[in-house]
Amino acid sequence: MKSLGSIRRAFAPWNDPNAKPYIQFENVTKKFGDFTAVNNLSLTIFEREFFALLGASGCGKSTLLRMLAGFEEPTAGRIMLDGQDLRGIPPYRRPVNMMFQSYALFPHMSVEKNIAFGLKQEGMPSADIQKRVAEMLRLVKLEQFAKRKPHQLSGGQRQRVALARSVAKRPKVLLLDEPLGALDKKLREETQFELMDLQQELGLTFVVVTHDQEEAMTMADRIAIMDKGEVMQVATPAEIYEAPTSRFVAHFVGNVNMFEGKVADRTAGTARITGASGAQIVVDNGDAKPGSDIVFAIRPEKIKVSSKKPAEGVNALEGEVYDIAYLGDMTVYHVKLDDGQIVRASALNAARISEDPLTWNDRAWVSFRPDAGVVLTR
Amino acid sequence: MNATWSRFNITSVVLGFAFLYLPIVLLVIFSFNESKLVTVWGGFSTKWYVSLFQNQGLMDAAWVTIRVGLISATVATVLGTMAALTLTRYTRFRGRLLFSGMVFAPLVMPEVITGLSLLLLFVAVGLDRGFLTVTLAHITFTMCFVAVVVQSRLVSFDRSLEEAAMDLGAPPVKTFFQITLPVIMPAIVSGWMLAFTLSLDDLVIASFTSGPGATTLPMKIYSQVRLGVTPEINAACTILIAVVAIGVVIASIANKRREVQRLRDEQAAQRG
Repeated sequence: MKSLGSIRRAFAPWNDPNAKPYIQFENVTKKFGDFTAVNNLSLTIFEREFFALLGASGCGKSTLLRMLAGFEEPTAGRIMLDGQDLRGIPPYRRPVNMMFQSYALFPHMSVEKNIAFGLKQEGMPSADIQKRVAEMLRLVKLEQFAKRKPHQLSGGQRQRVALARSVAKRPKVLLLDEPLGALDKKLREETQFELMDLQQELGLTFVVVTHDQEEAMTMADRIAIMDKGEVMQVATPAEIYEAPTSRFVAHFVGNVNMFEGKVADRTAGTARITGASGAQIVVDNGDAKPGSDIVFAIRPEKIKVSSKKPAEGVNALEGEVYDIAYLGDMTVYHVKLDDGQIVRASALNAARISEDPLTWNDRAWVSFRPDAGVVLTR
Repeated sequence: MNATWSRFNITSVVLGFAFLYLPIVLLVIFSFNESKLVTVWGGFSTKWYVSLFQNQGLMDAAWVTIRVGLISATVATVLGTMAALTLTRYTRFRGRLLFSGMVFAPLVMPEVITGLSLLLLFVAVGLDRGFLTVTLAHITFTMCFVAVVVQSRLVSFDRSLEEAAMDLGAPPVKTFFQITLPVIMPAIVSGWMLAFTLSLDDLVIASFTSGPGATTLPMKIYSQVRLGVTPEINAACTILIAVVAIGVVIASIANKRREVQRLRDEQAAQRG
């Protein structure tokens, strides 16, 4: 892959063959009766990584997290943490802490008692507990709420108490189950950045479960896309978006156009693809063999819409403007190609007045470079 | 609300309340009767209350009733809570349906049958009837009420609270005593109060299972009434009614206050 990782900071132990894995799922399967929640899954997470498990509900991501916390035992396979096999270790002896989706704050205890709970179980001296609790309250900016009970707090404050409680013991790994799910949109965005700062500050390994792709893209170093108990792809947010390895991932994250066709022939790194209607496009290929059926997946913002036929060197397909959605910062065009396929293209409104105004039912050309999308074989 | 007091509505309300409370009001009024005749008003007096406290038989019976109530309600609460926990937590063990049916059967079982079968059991195992047997019988029949009350609370209990406690390093037993028990405590307390009240006013089962020296207040009152109602009994009943009414009023006021406070706190929290 062409240096997509450089968008993020230089932290990339997954590219270093000598890096020591921190959390390892080795061929883990979890069955509930006849239902297979997690199917023969292997996954490696590195120390200090902010790792996101992303998937629709019921894909097994929460089960994976609960197995790591010790609430469920794998039916087969094993989970290693820092070189230690976690099998048979109950949740109260694991060096991981979890922040629950419902926050699970103890309703009969004040904020400071909630935060101190884990430290008390450890048998920490009470002077140290007080110091740590004060430090945690400062960290989440809730100093003046120490004596309040959970029901006397707003949703955002409860979320921060839950966070403070789960990091108070300085766990090796912090597990977050939909940590921002119950917050409203604006608060969620702020909290995303707070979480990232906190992770940097404490130097912890975070594993977060979410169904919100934007949240995962914003916060995570790497994302695992899950479907039906299996990992579809593990990669950085940029790689997931720009270089999905399957149709599922391409569809799951962001919008995408799919051109289906057969490889006609290939020359020097490019392949010519013939669609069902006979239209031909040239793409940078993977290892597609001539005659094989493939899909070319391309994001809407990589496609240009124009009223005149573009110059040579790019793929150009002709059609008619079918729908226009003006969103302010950008405009989304739906162009119906002559073979009936509808192509979604988005254009940034960089200028206030467009030089090439298009309107409904205009003839238009959609064009894209051979390397603007990816070839998918599965 | 549409508050039109039609003649029909007023009549229904008056009749309904009269039906419910007329006997009780009569009882209270006649407890202050000067006359020894229960049905003839002879002027106001509190003399029956004085003589009530000098009636050793009634006082003994009251004391037995209170002791039976305290002990049986406490034991029934422990057992009922355990049954409720089992029924809500272990939903897949063999014979769960049978077990839950058996826990709740005494709710609908005619008291005569419960009393009689307990009597047969005590005779069969050779237990002398007395304080112990009444207490055991009361534990048996109040336990299911506690189980129902506690179970209904446990159904809505958020299991992630317990998981959070364990995740933070508390072993299961500690988790139960530090998290689960405090959270479901209000339900356990109301279960206890229900069991205590049921034990206080039970006549049928106590009659079957009690023996000499362990006469409960309801039994005593009933046996005295058979010899003729004295105003003393009216006085005893009036005190009972007063105690129960005060208890109910205090409980509901406390509840209401807590609710209002909670609402105010939540609104304050939302404002920030």
